[in-house]
Amino acid sequence: MSEVQPADDGALVELSDVSKFYGNIRALEGISLTVRPGEITCVLGDNGAGKSTLIKIISGLHQHDGGTFRIQGEETRLSSPRQALDRGIATVYQDLAVVPLMPVWRNFFLGSEPSTGRGPLRRLDVQRMRRTTHSELLRMGIDLRDVDQPIGTLSGGERQSVAIARAVHFGAKVLVLDEPTAALGVKQSGVVLKYVAAARDAGLGVVLITHNPHHAYLVGDRFVLLKRGTMAGSYVKDGLELEELVRQMAGGSELDQLSHELQRD
Amino acid sequence: MTAPARPGGQGAQDGSPLPEDPRPAAPAAVDERLVHRPLAVRLLRRPELGAVVGALALFVFFALVADSFLRPSSLSTVLYFSSTLGIMAVPVALLMIGGEFDLSTGVMVTSSALASSMFSYQMTANTWVGVGVSLLVTLAIGLFNGIMLTRTRLPSFIITLGTFLMLTGLNLGLTKLISGTVTTKSISDMEGFDSAKAVFASTLTLGGVDLQITIVWWLLLVAAATWILLRTSVGNWIFAVGGGVDAARAVGVPVARTKIGLYLGVAFAAWISGQHLLFNYDTVQSGEGVGNELIYIAAAVIGGCLLTGGYGSAVGAAVGALIFGMANKGIIYAQWDPDWFKFFLGAMLLLATLLNAWIRKRAEATR
Repeated sequence: MSEVQPADDGALVELSDVSKFYGNIRALEGISLTVRPGEITCVLGDNGAGKSTLIKIISGLHQHDGGTFRIQGEETRLSSPRQALDRGIATVYQDLAVVPLMPVWRNFFLGSEPSTGRGPLRRLDVQRMRRTTHSELLRMGIDLRDVDQPIGTLSGGERQSVAIARAVHFGAKVLVLDEPTAALGVKQSGVVLKYVAAARDAGLGVVLITHNPHHAYLVGDRFVLLKRGTMAGSYVKDGLELEELVRQMAGGSELDQLSHELQRD
Repeated sequence: MTAPARPGGQGAQDGSPLPEDPRPAAPAAVDERLVHRPLAVRLLRRPELGAVVGALALFVFFALVADSFLRPSSLSTVLYFSSTLGIMAVPVALLMIGGEFDLSTGVMVTSSALASSMFSYQMTANTWVGVGVSLLVTLAIGLFNGIMLTRTRLPSFIITLGTFLMLTGLNLGLTKLISGTVTTKSISDMEGFDSAKAVFASTLTLGGVDLQITIVWWLLLVAAATWILLRTSVGNWIFAVGGGVDAARAVGVPVARTKIGLYLGVAFAAWISGQHLLFNYDTVQSGEGVGNELIYIAAAVIGGCLLTGGYGSAVGAAVGALIFGMANKGIIYAQWDPDWFKFFLGAMLLLATLLNAWIRKRAEATR
């Protein structure tokens, strides 16, 4: 997992002019974005803008058809989520981050379970798994009474946070977050955003996918705007006003058109 | 599944960012809490609790109404019958926890017995050669189920229904073609029969009570399955592919391999079951086994397995099989009309499922 090191230009992940086609349907075309350590790159877009396709390419679920995908400067084509994980890219999906019926500690270590003993007695290191889960969650301010409770009994924000804590614990260098605040209330969103910022401060490169420009502006360093599979804009935080981001996100000139149409005479 | 606000959830609001405090190790008092969870809570959270309560109730019931039920020989008969179901119910439960069905299990047992018997007879080989060939054939059937499932992504219900029908036909057709009748020839006078019978269909005497060796196989399978499920990574993966296949895939769980492995486990148990069938009677009826697949599934469900996957236990399935065994033999010892058995089982299945659903709700509320 420690393979991802900043390349010469400092980018952990770099997409340039990437496109993806499903049959002859264009899902993405000409997308470029950069993820640097200690920075949050926000991908904004309406429903159907191609956000989830973009994530799937970065996380190894799909492969791109055109353009280049570089991890630490090395051109790559990921063939599975496992491969992405091994190269330090961890993805936290909005609603499929955890397995609800499984205990918190089993979820925390899912796919990377530590073992103890040898030969036929090789077994899960249950005590260590329980203890680590508890202390890692405590670090992010979730004090669970019982790590054995099914993770489905946690609140939505806590579940997202567990998934993020898991990615950080396993040494991810790039954290891809798919709409982490979409289904959450204001308070819970705050909790998750705080932890996203904490991951950034820990030196991770973060890709935050969202359709909420307010959340993006709070934490983001770079912003990529998608519209119907193409890139509608790319900004850095400096010199970008929240109003401008909201306006662009809401449709830019289309919004002007709409407000014109809705105007009372 | 919805997530109600958790009482302790407020703690999340004052989350301390991680970089500042590299590892403020959890205080010892906290670890205490982790180790000593209330016994009642732990018990309520066990998937097999409902089945255990049901089995106890059933045991007391038949002990009261049937005088001969408590005799050691009767209990041994009950255990034997339960074990023949339980050997299959346990891997079927694992498969269901992994989120899949197998409708071909009942006839797969027969196929396994037929393959063993006919290979030995036709090749006049040592019966152990037949047993080995049968293992390969049975595992191949399981592999077929698993690969069809993971490659086509069709529902396992459809795929194994297809396997079930094909095997039913093959069992009859091939046996008739090779043996000329629907029953295989006796292999009892063949080389290796006695040693194979000792492994698969012998009787052990323990303290004056005759116990069938299938009970040993049954207990071994329960122990192995429980170990795999609760103490290995593979067990974690089984729960995960059944409870949230996309989440599992996203964190790198080998979903296809896990599911194929589960089908191979079912096939392995079908092989043991099939060899017992063969060496217990030395001939095999090629039409046998139809309908048993549903009994295995019912035993797993009574034992606390969710039909939708992701929840259940091997011990539960074993207790489910025990409930079937007690009901089946108990009705006979109580000298009732055995026709009532199926009705009784259906009622048990519904009751157990309701009870399990209720307990699970309680378990999730008790935190």
